[in-house]
Formats: sequence, C-alpha cells, structure tokens
Amino acid sequence: MTRDTPPERSGPMVSVDGVHKAFGPIEVLRGVTLSARAGEVVCLIGPSGSGKSTLLRCINHLEHIDGGEITVDGQLVGYRRQPDGRLRERTPREVAHRRTQIGMVFQQFNLFGHLTVLQNVIEAPTRVRKVDRKEATAQALALLDRVGLGDKCDARPRQLSGGQQQRVAIARALAMHPTVMLFDEPTSALDPELVGEVLDVMRGLAGEGMTMIVATHEMGFAHEVADQVVFLDGGVIVESGPPKQVLDQPARQRTRQFLASISDRAPGDGATAAVRP
Amino acid sequence: MSVPDTSLRKPAVSIAARQALPARRPGRWIATAVVLVLAAMFAHTLVVNPNFQWSVVGHYFGTSLVLSGLLRTVEITVISMLVGIVLGALIAVMRLSSTAVVAGAGWAYVWIFRSVPLLVQLLVWYNLAALYPKLSIGIPFGPAFLHVDANHAITPFVAAVLGLGLHEAAYMAEIIRGGILGVDAGQSEAAEALGMSRMLTLRRVVLPQALRLIIPPTGNETISTLKGSSLVSVLSMADLLYSVQIVYSRTFQTIPLLLVACLWYLVVTSVLGVGQYYLERYVGRGNSRSGRGARPRGSGLVSLLRLRAPRRGTSLAVGTR
Repeated sequence: MTRDTPPERSGPMVSVDGVHKAFGPIEVLRGVTLSARAGEVVCLIGPSGSGKSTLLRCINHLEHIDGGEITVDGQLVGYRRQPDGRLRERTPREVAHRRTQIGMVFQQFNLFGHLTVLQNVIEAPTRVRKVDRKEATAQALALLDRVGLGDKCDARPRQLSGGQQQRVAIARALAMHPTVMLFDEPTSALDPELVGEVLDVMRGLAGEGMTMIVATHEMGFAHEVADQVVFLDGGVIVESGPPKQVLDQPARQRTRQFLASISDRAPGDGATAAVRP
Repeated sequence: MSVPDTSLRKPAVSIAARQALPARRPGRWIATAVVLVLAAMFAHTLVVNPNFQWSVVGHYFGTSLVLSGLLRTVEITVISMLVGIVLGALIAVMRLSSTAVVAGAGWAYVWIFRSVPLLVQLLVWYNLAALYPKLSIGIPFGPAFLHVDANHAITPFVAAVLGLGLHEAAYMAEIIRGGILGVDAGQSEAAEALGMSRMLTLRRVVLPQALRLIIPPTGNETISTLKGSSLVSVLSMADLLYSVQIVYSRTFQTIPLLLVACLWYLVVTSVLGVGQYYLERYVGRGNSRSGRGARPRGSGLVSLLRLRAPRRGTSLAVGTR
C-alpha cells in the first residue's frame, strides 16, 4: 500500500511538545518533546515503566494529557484550542473521528475474539468509514495477503499463533488508511521464534514510507530500521538521535547502563553492538 | 515409530499382560448402589401410594383451565424477563457511567429492588392506587398533560409484570455489568483506536463478547422468574398455580393438582434448559480452538441426556503394529 502524502510538508507528521501526564501522584511523562517527519520511523526504547506505552497512548488520545500538546499531521488529536489559548478536550465523537488516521498495534494484539480474521479487518472500515462491504472485503483480502495470511480469512483469532494474530492486527489497523502507525511493544508477548515474522511485516511497512512510532525492546530492529531512536527513562527523554549514535555510542551513562542490561539478558540480540561500560 | 523397538517384538510378554489398568474404585460401586436403592424406593412409593391419585393428575393435566393458566405463567415470565433485560442493561450502563450521580442512581436502584422481597414488591405495585390515585405525565413540578386513574391502570397483570420485571432488572443489571466488565479492556481500546465510537464499541465489540458471560446466569434468572411468577397467585392472577388452586379448592384433590402444577413447571424449565444449551453453544463460538462452538460445561439436563461412555472401558493401545 502506498501512502498518499504530499512530498512537500511543512511541519512534522507527529509532534509531541512538552507533554506531561500523571496517574494520580505518579508522574509518568515529565515534559516529553519529540517529532517524527513523514515517513520516519522512531523507536522508543527504555526500561518498563519509563513511559513508552503511555506516550504512544497519549498520541492517539487513549489517555488524556495534563499539559503540553500533541499534533498529528498538524492537527491536535484529543483537544481543540480555546480562544484563551488553552486546550479543551474534544467530545468522544470528535476524538473517534480523528483517531481514524492513527493506526495502533497493541502488545496483546487485542483482536476481536468473536469475529473471524476477515471480519476483524473490515469491521472499522465498514462501520466507521462506511466503506461498501464488497470494497472493504477486497481491500482486506489484499492486506491479509500482504501480511502473509490470505488463507486465514475465516479463522478465529484463538486459532492463530501469536505472530499470526499480531500480523492480522497490523492489517486491521492498515485497513483504516492511517497516516501514522503506533506500535506498542508489538513483539513482547510473542514466543521468540514468532518475533521475526512480525518484524518483517513492520520492516516492509517502513520501507514503503509509513510514519511509524514503535515502542520496542528489539534493539536489532531499532538499529536496522529506525531513523531516530529515543531513550526514555523515568518519563523524560534521556537521549535521542540516529540509531548508530544512541545505540552504538550513547553519550549518557544511563543509556549505556540500559543497553548493557538488555544485552546481558539477551546475548547476541540482532545487530546491536551494545556498548559495555 | 520408524525404528521398531526390538523389546516390543519379543513374544515373551503377551499384549494383555502389558495392559495398563485403572485404579480400583470400590467407593464408586457403593455410591452407585446407595443411589439406585434410594431411586427404587422413590419409584416404588410413586406407584404404591394411592394418595398421589395419578388418575386425577392425568385428568387435569391437559384441561383448558390448567393450560390457560400455564399460558399466563409463560406470558408473565417472558414479558417480565424482557422488562428485566432491557431495564437491567440500562441500569448496568448507568452503573458503569463515569458520572457519579448517574452511577449512584443505578446503584440505588439495585440496592432497593434487590433488597425488598418479591412478594412485598408485588403487593406494593398492586396497591399503588392507595399511594398515587392519579398517575400523570407532564413537566416536572409543572403542568401535566395526561392523567390516568391508577386503579384502572394497575391491573393485576400490570402489577405482576411491574413487580417481577423491576425486581428482575436489579439482578439482570448486576449480571450484565459483570459480563461487560468481564470483557478484556484491550478489546474496547482496540475498537476505540480504530476510531469506533463508544456506542459502536459497546454494541459491536463488547456486548457480543459479554453475552458469553451473561447468557448462563440469565438462563437461571429466567427459571427463577418462572417460579417467582407463582407468587402472582396472591394478586388473583389466573396463572398456573392459581388455576390448580381454583380446582382443588372445589374438589379438595390438593396433592394431585399441585402435582399437575409441579409437572408443568418441570416441563417448562426443561424446555428452557435445552434452549439455553443451544444459545450458549451459539454465543460460545470463537471461544474454542476448533472454531466451532464450545460445548457449554455442566449444563445439567443436557449432560444427563448425553451420558458419555465410561472411561474405564478404554484401555491403552499397545504399540502400533
């Protein structure tokens, strides 16, 4: 699938500016700023609890933010600007409409368990975008073929392996023609031998110019595919830049520690040459 | 398998001698014997005791009076359950609301209607006219457009359906709320991330999966409402129980006529049980790896009907030749 983004673009595709988010007394995001240009792949890395997932969930407004602002394709997602300059949360209906351009893939796949694979993919296009059922089906079949599951249309999610389920979930998100795809640790719930098939699909997507923000522990993938790697810890960005810089020559002690701890747990993890202190 | 195990080829040990036998369970034989003896005693007394008056039972079982009472009972049960399910769903959604006052109102409803005994509720509705002689519809604290005389509006039938339905709604609300909460939160998140509205998410994603959790207890509730409907006999409603009471107050054949009612309640409950089995199988689809509906477990009547071959009969296959 080719993305019909105009080649000339003034601003970034995704812009996160000084975002704060707290759950009760716990501050999960403490002033996070990052941006992704159209077609860029940004990998968020960091220990669990560092705020990666929360940041992704704020981008498509599954969580509201306490301060700062987030735009996708130049537009605020969950908010509108009041005359006094402050942000006011939009109604659920408006938010739902804006979410259609942002695809999201979850760690636990979250396929609709009562529907078949094909029904999972055509549900949102037919119900939300009111696409004709025939057209939606044809498109879904093409998407499922693309993720290598053209023969599993009538299967139910429970009959598929984790890797297959996650590939269906990617097809389901793509069926809404998103301009941005968010991946929340898409391979963390998978058996090791199934990780590759999902990363392959994501690699293909990146190759076609999809703007992607990926929270991941797959350093090999980040190294190979990311344009930008962002290391989050304790709700702040510790370090960010091209993968060669952040992963191979991290400037900060905290980044080095994290990369070392990862490579200790998973030796020989892809192409990562994690620097040991 | 491709490389034959030479030890299996030795004819020294016969196949029978290599069989693995299950543990002996003498307790099973004792329990079976006790149950069979009790069952025989019960069957015996049914036949021998003349006070059952089976001929009277047979005589009244299909009479139009009893059948019209049965019809009334089924009618009240169905309408009350419909009221209970629709209102219960509304109250369940209210209880899940993030608006405190709305959630509180839902809670209060459940609290009141679950706390007051059904019989008391039926009597209160029946006597509503004493509390509000006139019922009107209009602007709150303002003029009314429509007046109804409560004595005319609240017939025994209306009182019965109101009492049973509103009481049932409190229980159904809790069942439906439990069902909705039982669906993984990731399902609605995925739906919302796809741009589906909250209503669409509830209708297309959450409720269909909640049904699997809602149907079995709803079957129980239907049976419980069926039986609870016998209480409307106090409102002089000619339901199944009241109909047989009419007969035995005249003929004094109390026991056989109560048996007529018992048998009909058994029949209707059994039919409901079979219906529930197929409904559960239908909503349970997608929940098994085979893709076809999972057979609901422990559905009493049906598992009785489908006794499986006893496991002791199967012996371990010995090798593959």
